Amino acid sequence: MSDWITVGKLDDIPRLGARTVITEAGEFAIFRTSDDRLFALRDRCPHKGGPLSQGIVYGNAVACPLHNWSIDLSSGEAIAPDVGCVRTREVKVVDGMVLLSA
Amino acid sequence: MQREKLVLIGNGMAGVRTLEELLKLEPEMYAITVFGDEPHPNYNRIMLSPVLAGEKSFDDIILNSPEWYAEHNITLHTGSPVVSIDRQARKVITADGTEAEYDRLLLATGSSSFILPVPGHDLDGVIGFRTIADVDAMLAAAGSHKNAVVIGGGLLGLEAAVGLLNQGMAVTVIHLPDVLMERQLDEESAKMLQSELEGRGLNIITGANTECLVGEGRVQALRLKDGREIPADLVVMAVGIRPNIQLAKESGLHCERGIVVDDTLLTYDPAIYAVGECVQHRGNVYGLVAPLFEQGKVCANHLARHGIGHYEGTTLATRLKVTGIELFSAGNFTGGEGTESIVMKDPARGVYKKLVIRDEKIEGCVLYGDTVDGAWYFELLRNGSDISAHRDQLMFGRTHLSDAGHGGENTADHMADSAQVCDCNGVCKGDIVNAVREKGLFTLDEVKKHTKAGASCGGCTGLVEQILAATVGGEYVAPDKKPLCACTDYTHDEVIKAVKEQRLTNREQAMSALDWHTPDGCPTCRPALNYYMLASWPAEAVDDPSSRFINERTHANIQKDRSYTVVPRIWGGVTTPAELRAIADAAEKYDVPMVKITGGQRIDLVGVKKEQLPEMWADLNAAGLVSGHAYGKALRTVKTCIGSQFCRFGTQDAIQMGIDLEKMTWASWTPHKYKMAVSGCPRNCAEATIKDFGVVGIDGAWELHVGGNGGLKVRVTDMLCRVTSDAEVLEYAGAFMQLYRENARYLERTAPWVERVGLPYVKQHIVEDAAGRQALYARFLESQRIGQKDPWAEHTKPEHRLEFVPMKAEA
Ligand code: SRM
Ligand SMILES: Cc1cc2nc3c(=O)[nH]c(=O)nc-3n(C[C@H](O)[C@H](O)[C@H](O)COP(=O)(O)OP(=O)(O)OC[C@H]3O[C@@H](n4cnc5c(N)ncnc54)[C@H](O)[C@@H]3O)c2cc1C
Ligand code: SF4
Ligand code: FES
Repeated sequence: MSDWITVGKLDDIPRLGARTVITEAGEFAIFRTSDDRLFALRDRCPHKGGPLSQGIVYGNAVACPLHNWSIDLSSGEAIAPDVGCVRTREVKVVDGMVLLSA
Repeated sequence: MQREKLVLIGNGMAGVRTLEELLKLEPEMYAITVFGDEPHPNYNRIMLSPVLAGEKSFDDIILNSPEWYAEHNITLHTGSPVVSIDRQARKVITADGTEAEYDRLLLATGSSSFILPVPGHDLDGVIGFRTIADVDAMLAAAGSHKNAVVIGGGLLGLEAAVGLLNQGMAVTVIHLPDVLMERQLDEESAKMLQSELEGRGLNIITGANTECLVGEGRVQALRLKDGREIPADLVVMAVGIRPNIQLAKESGLHCERGIVVDDTLLTYDPAIYAVGECVQHRGNVYGLVAPLFEQGKVCANHLARHGIGHYEGTTLATRLKVTGIELFSAGNFTGGEGTESIVMKDPARGVYKKLVIRDEKIEGCVLYGDTVDGAWYFELLRNGSDISAHRDQLMFGRTHLSDAGHGGENTADHMADSAQVCDCNGVCKGDIVNAVREKGLFTLDEVKKHTKAGASCGGCTGLVEQILAATVGGEYVAPDKKPLCACTDYTHDEVIKAVKEQRLTNREQAMSALDWHTPDGCPTCRPALNYYMLASWPAEAVDDPSSRFINERTHANIQKDRSYTVVPRIWGGVTTPAELRAIADAAEKYDVPMVKITGGQRIDLVGVKKEQLPEMWADLNAAGLVSGHAYGKALRTVKTCIGSQFCRFGTQDAIQMGIDLEKMTWASWTPHKYKMAVSGCPRNCAEATIKDFGVVGIDGAWELHVGGNGGLKVRVTDMLCRVTSDAEVLEYAGAFMQLYRENARYLERTAPWVERVGLPYVKQHIVEDAAGRQALYARFLESQRIGQKDPWAEHTKPEHRLEFVPMKAEA
């Protein structure tokens, strides 16, 4: 039994960037911060559904490309004063491979 | 780890503001204790006038509630004056014997009303105008007595007088000089103000010297030196303020008129800082909030041990906060040798404006009756902008100059609460006013964050600032020096300079050299910094895709449904059947939902999926088409008209010139988008006079125009010069573009840039200085030699394709 799905190599995700992955639960974005932490969020901004994966990543956050809301990567919550939340999933790296919780 | 101890004496505007700035930088560094003399949390002292006038309640003007202190683990002692500082033991002692030790001490004791030492000054009913307690005393007097006298016809005195008048008292203002507000107004405007106030029922006596106050127990009258006696049950002294320096002096700190501090707000004791009205900096003691806020920012930076930022003093502007009276002044408005004055009087409308000018720069201004342009003149004054190019229009205000179509009527004061201010985010005036009041916002940045007004295109920023100003008390003054963003203390100009001087060529290096506060910066500073490095060091700088907005990273415009648009370059608006066929084939092959002719003489393939982009680009590349940069802060289009090749009126070959210009400049990055156009004759069918660089053919020559744009705020170009040869057009065009690339701030288009630096500056570099122009042109060409690459061709390479496709999930 496996609770994790393999989505690809860590090297394929740029630092301060993201890649998307299509899963049964919809499209997710996997973000990589400057210090190599990974976060997986549903790729839909809580504001108007913008593709968060295409935003600028900084610190612990990503700025949505459509109207510049900032979303906290660890909680999926919009950073105040904006309000809203997007689903997150666990990710980890094993032997250079990125695994997403099923 | 044990936190260091920070003690603040003075729970007022400057001190608490400094704490706020400090908490933004280092929330965990200090255990903070605050001592305040007044029995209240920190409130907005500026708003005491509206409280007195009955327009606001005390609750409305609280800036930091007790919960705020608790939330930030700040120990607050209210009603608890500090009576001594033991600098050896590093502790402070209050009147009731409470002691607190400190590692760092911050003094922000403000000032007190100066009470004239005339006989009778200690009678009941004689007060200053400084605290909420003073306002309570005035309101109580208004409830039970009839006659009030205000001594001092300055800003504060008049606000007190009108407030008391509103409360139903009979009010006389006693003023020693011959005109009211002599420190803020010239004679003419002071006269207009006086008659307006008299019209409202104030009794004003100027040139009047107080001899004494008479009464037993409570004051009954005020006697003037000339013997006149004025009945008074309440006397408000508003003749000036005195910095509260007693405590500092007694502890042995060096004081003159105020506590003397250096440019980092440090006193003579390295453990003690001071901010606000109690300090003296470079000989100046201030009595308005704008300088205090700047001081707070710098001081917080040093308390946080970031150690950057200097306070260099503040130029002040003042406004009177009496409802219905518009009055603004700044700088040297009396004039004098070497200055000229432009004056406009319209007594019927009650308007008076005076600008004092020296060497084509504004040195001071007084506005009465219509103060809408105060902030603009003040900005020109502080920036030292050369105004010669629009001197004849200056008096009519900014809207007249460049904002045709918006009219003057939209200005903040006259707007209804329901009027929309930010058209991008649908924010109304009322939303901004409420947010400012309820959340105690003070800066434009805060307003942008909380309301989103001005956060998108920025077109309404001026208006938002005006509303902010009016709401926080008419005294909001845009900071002299705006940092690029919250991640740094440096302004755009300082960053540009550092990038050039220190040869900064990559993000990590630049952020560490410039002490960025955040590890990765933010979406505001990263793209700017990336641009500055590329523009300054085209060969060395490392372009950072993660610092580019998505459009520039994917070389296509993102749409709201996550699709993209593809716009191939159509050189000078001229295409061929073969190119059209290739575009048509691509549209069919990739099932493009819409094909549209753009406003820029090109074709837009709308609704392309991200995965399709590299394939489509490869197909278009194969037909000789390259990226049109319709998405970038870069050269966009060069529009042309038909010109002398065919047109019966044509005097010059506009088409060929357009193509040559586009071939020379395409694929260059610029601070903001950059558009050109070439018209073959003055009929100007290519609309060259609303472009960043416009070229208009005339018989035997070309006219060159700069600094225009359509868009949010239409600005017609300024005429730069005429040249006769085609080669000169290219040279001037390249040089102008390079001047803009090297000097403008990121996201500043040529129109606002030209307005800021002034047309004479541009002429001086491009027209008058031939060697300078050629050097600019050479730098432009060199940068193009290195950087002129088609991004489509680059991104169709296999190693770049990865980011366009999703990863694969495998169970
Ligand atoms: C495609 C086009 C509309 C069209 O179908 O005609 C267009 C589309 C957009 N324009 Fe434009 N503008 C287009 C011609 C214009 C013109 C007309 C022109 O260039 O002659 C103007 C006014 C002239 C000017 O710029 O001075 C124009 C003034 C703006 C502005 C306001 C600029 C300003 O300085 O005030 C913006 C906002 C901005 O850039 O911040 C903007 C922004 C945009 C953006 C990029 C908005 C965005 O960020 O998503 C639109 C992208 C839509 C897309 O995905 O394609 N667009 N835009 C035109 C592309 C021309 C081209 O071939 O490259
Ligand atoms: C009626 C009025 C209207 C104004 N309008 C404007 C305006 O329109 N625009 C503008 O720019 N400015 C205006 N000002 C000026 C502005 O309010 C001041 O510049 C600003 O409040 C100064 O801030 P501060 O922190 O230095 O002093 P304060 O705000 O006075 O704070 C100092 C605090 O320290 C306390 N304190 C002093 N000594 C001790 C001690 N030993 N122990 C404990 N606590 C102590 C005081 O009680 C006070 O609460 C106005 C002022 C008044 C009174
Ligand atoms: S005017 Fe420009 S920015 Fe506005 S909707 Fe049309 S294309 Fe988009
Ligand atoms: S959709 Fe993300 S900010 Fe609007």
